[in-house]
Amino acid sequence: MSDNGQNITVHLKIWRQKNRKDDGRFEDYTLNDVSQDMSFLEMLDVLNNKLVRDGKDPVAFDHDCREGICGMCSLMINGQAHGPMRATTTCQLHMRSFNDNETIVIEPWRAQAFPVIKDLMTDRSSFDKIISSGGFVSVNVGNAQDANTLPIKKENADLAMDAAACIGCGACVASCPNASAMLFASAKISQLALLPQGQVEAKERAAEMVKTMDEEGFGNCTNHAECEASCPKEINLSNIARMNREFFKSKLTSK
Amino acid sequence: MIGSHNYFTSSIGKKQIMALTGFGLVGFTLSHLLGNLLIFLGPDAFNFYAYKLTSNPLIYVAEAGLLGMFLLHICLAVILKLQNMAARPHGYYVKNRTGRGETIASATMPYTGLILLVFIIIHLLNFKFGSNYPTTVDGVQMRDLYRTVVEYFANPLYVVWYVFAMLALGLHTSHGFQSMFQSWGINHSKYTPIIQAASLAYGVVVAFGFSALAIFCHFQN
Repeated sequence: MSDNGQNITVHLKIWRQKNRKDDGRFEDYTLNDVSQDMSFLEMLDVLNNKLVRDGKDPVAFDHDCREGICGMCSLMINGQAHGPMRATTTCQLHMRSFNDNETIVIEPWRAQAFPVIKDLMTDRSSFDKIISSGGFVSVNVGNAQDANTLPIKKENADLAMDAAACIGCGACVASCPNASAMLFASAKISQLALLPQGQVEAKERAAEMVKTMDEEGFGNCTNHAECEASCPKEINLSNIARMNREFFKSKLTSK
Repeated sequence: MIGSHNYFTSSIGKKQIMALTGFGLVGFTLSHLLGNLLIFLGPDAFNFYAYKLTSNPLIYVAEAGLLGMFLLHICLAVILKLQNMAARPHGYYVKNRTGRGETIASATMPYTGLILLVFIIIHLLNFKFGSNYPTTVDGVQMRDLYRTVVEYFANPLYVVWYVFAMLALGLHTSHGFQSMFQSWGINHSKYTPIIQAASLAYGVVVAFGFSALAIFCHFQN
């Protein structure tokens, strides 16, 4: 593999917190000889190797596929969810986005509904609760029906697919000035509301998922659009508008 | 209602009522500006307009509705702000927006709103409940509101405060106007850019329209 970038020195300011109850604090680390071809998480791996060698506690951070599709990585890098690159998860961010001798501040997602478990890891199970309260469809058991039995408009199929691109990382909540989860909830409501399979529970889905979202302590949307701008999958604000319609319709027509 | 979740206390319900009351207030502000433009035509036209407006018994219904909308809008704003602050008890060390979302207008909504609240109270005390001079237009006895307004703006400091508050109004409505469409689920690839442009235009028109009136009145002294 050819080495295109140069090696740089970075000064890291990382949030360290032992557990949920610990107050937490920033700690400073300097890493020399960081290849710009490294991904951001590889850079943290290098830091952790160094910390382990020195007999110190490595920095805990969430990651899984490192391909930008699982939604586990979740860092606030210099005040931006997933760092400075547009439509990019932290794992797909590379050190070439940073300059020599730059100070990089790394914080966990900050929201009442996403408590810090340790260091940079947060508990995002409130998203799972939103999904389980209505993000499902009813299907008949037995053999799957023929794929072409249900006619679906091409535009709707595309819009549903766009909404389904949400990986549930929580960058929308992290970047929202109000820590609102509306972009996430609306993507999950939209991907089903747009398809015929989603119509059976459509009314209950909108009501129940919004209810759970509110109960989990997320903030209220004030239409800043920071969520859309920070979303690594570029989920569109029109999904929130659709959720607003679905919710109103649900409340207006329910008994 | 599905479940125990009430529309009016839900996050979406609150923002939709916020939008609805905001829509009413935006409409009122525009009609208020259009009426006040009669100041440019001189004392008689403006005084006669004010007389016609306030002598109509329906004005009390309109005023009650307006007060209701203001109170609802303000109360919801306070509730939403407190809930949003509680949703992020621990803020970020580095605050760095993407530059593609939040605007100056959207970021300052609570502050411009607060300026407007203070402004409206002072505004009512100065004009609606301000000095009452009698005058006669076409043989009809009425209030010389024109004189009250012109006398008030003789003080340049009041003009500065007024223009400042109107810039806050322009900023507040330039976000609010477009925001209410999104809250009610109107988001369209063709119409949303038009709504956003109209929203900006509305903010500019009310800010400069009212400011121009204040400056005009200052020079009538």
